[in-house]
Amino acid sequence: MTHLDIELKQLKEEALEMFDLVTSQLKKSKTALLNNDSEIAREVNFNERRVNALELKIDKDCENIFALFNPLAIDLRFVLAVLKINSNLERIGDIADGISRYVAATSGRFDKELVHQTKLEDMFDIAVSMLTDVRASFDTEDTKLARGVFKKDDSLDEINANANSVVEDIIRTNTEKTGQCLHIISAIRKLERTGDQVKNVAEEIIFYIEAKVLKHLPGKNTNE
Amino acid sequence: MFKIESKNVHLYYNDFHALKGISMTVKSNTVTALIGPSGCGKSTFLRLFNRMNDLIDGVKIEGEVLLDGKDIYNTKGLRTDELRKKVGMVFQKPNPFPKSIFENVAYGLRVNGISHKNFIEERVETSLKQAALWEEVKDKLKKSAFELSGGQQQRLCIARALAIEPSVVLMDEPASALDPISTAKIEELIYELKNKYTIMIVTHNMQQAGRVSDMTAFFYLGELIEYDHTQTIFTNPKDPKTQSYVTGRFG
Repeated sequence: MTHLDIELKQLKEEALEMFDLVTSQLKKSKTALLNNDSEIAREVNFNERRVNALELKIDKDCENIFALFNPLAIDLRFVLAVLKINSNLERIGDIADGISRYVAATSGRFDKELVHQTKLEDMFDIAVSMLTDVRASFDTEDTKLARGVFKKDDSLDEINANANSVVEDIIRTNTEKTGQCLHIISAIRKLERTGDQVKNVAEEIIFYIEAKVLKHLPGKNTNE
Repeated sequence: MFKIESKNVHLYYNDFHALKGISMTVKSNTVTALIGPSGCGKSTFLRLFNRMNDLIDGVKIEGEVLLDGKDIYNTKGLRTDELRKKVGMVFQKPNPFPKSIFENVAYGLRVNGISHKNFIEERVETSLKQAALWEEVKDKLKKSAFELSGGQQQRLCIARALAIEPSVVLMDEPASALDPISTAKIEELIYELKNKYTIMIVTHNMQQAGRVSDMTAFFYLGELIEYDHTQTIFTNPKDPKTQSYVTGRFG
């Protein structure tokens, strides 16, 4: 194994650690929000510092590899991809942190019916599943898994698109739930944004492995 | 019409098959980098274009090598010294003659029968300026070329090659013996020179190939494995062998 190979392997391990950390943050933010668990929410807020520190570490390592090893071809695409994936994952970390802060801002547990009707829990599950897929895709270099998330993101977009009318109806009949509704709609927006971030990650993985640029292209969910 | 073209060229050093059916075209005013591990045939390929291989015993060449559409090996009346006026060459190690700076550059003109003093002076100045050396040597033109640093000597050799106004310049690892500052000057020079010349350069330095060339050809075991735009070769080569080479995994 060359010196560059060792550096690239370490970078991949760090990126996988970032995937794991951010996925865990997103899962915990779901638990915190749905169970009104302020202790877990605080844990997410605390761990956000770890996410930020790891982002800086990965950025620095990419910079060093560029400067010292001048990577080319697939190595160059890999380092470029990690740099961008890192940034997207950090944003997902911010989202998990932001969602967890709603726990402190809300008095009492979120209304179960409200959560059910807005499909908030489904959104969390889809977002986590997308993140798990791209993590596996990155680890195994299986671009099929990465391409799969484009379709899953459509489900997030659909839930997000329907959320306004669902929430409007609830507020009309239960004005006392307005505060909770506003937090829920904010969380839905953030989870929709998570889907976009994961899609960006998938695009970077495909760029790195296949040298194809999918950005701004329609019909990405094909398996070509 | 292409400036340079090789069509199915095979070259043998006695029994050794050094080039295996190389076909390649080069446009005017471009820089083409030839890369590949030692012994892959890139320098042999470079030397085809000024017939330097002819000097080696036991060489046999098949195929066509064209310069401006003319087969330089099979055109009646095309003399090697005439060809070398059109195709200049710079070698790995600076090799100035044991003469003054001025005479090094004037040499090619004198052996070609030019004796007009003003013309020679003018051409020496122009060539030294083109080689980005004029400012450093204009006050010591009569000094020995050996008093110059390695990087200056190499630029002097480039000026010497340019003085006879070739249209093609071949460079065989021109900066491999130089320090980073001199290397940067040579690279900058190559970039400038392509406005006027067609340049082919052999280099072992991947970053140098990336910085100076428009097209890159990867040779391996006497074969041309891949020839494409430099950007493509260094970001998304098509052949796994090219990828392995440019990423430093073999060669």
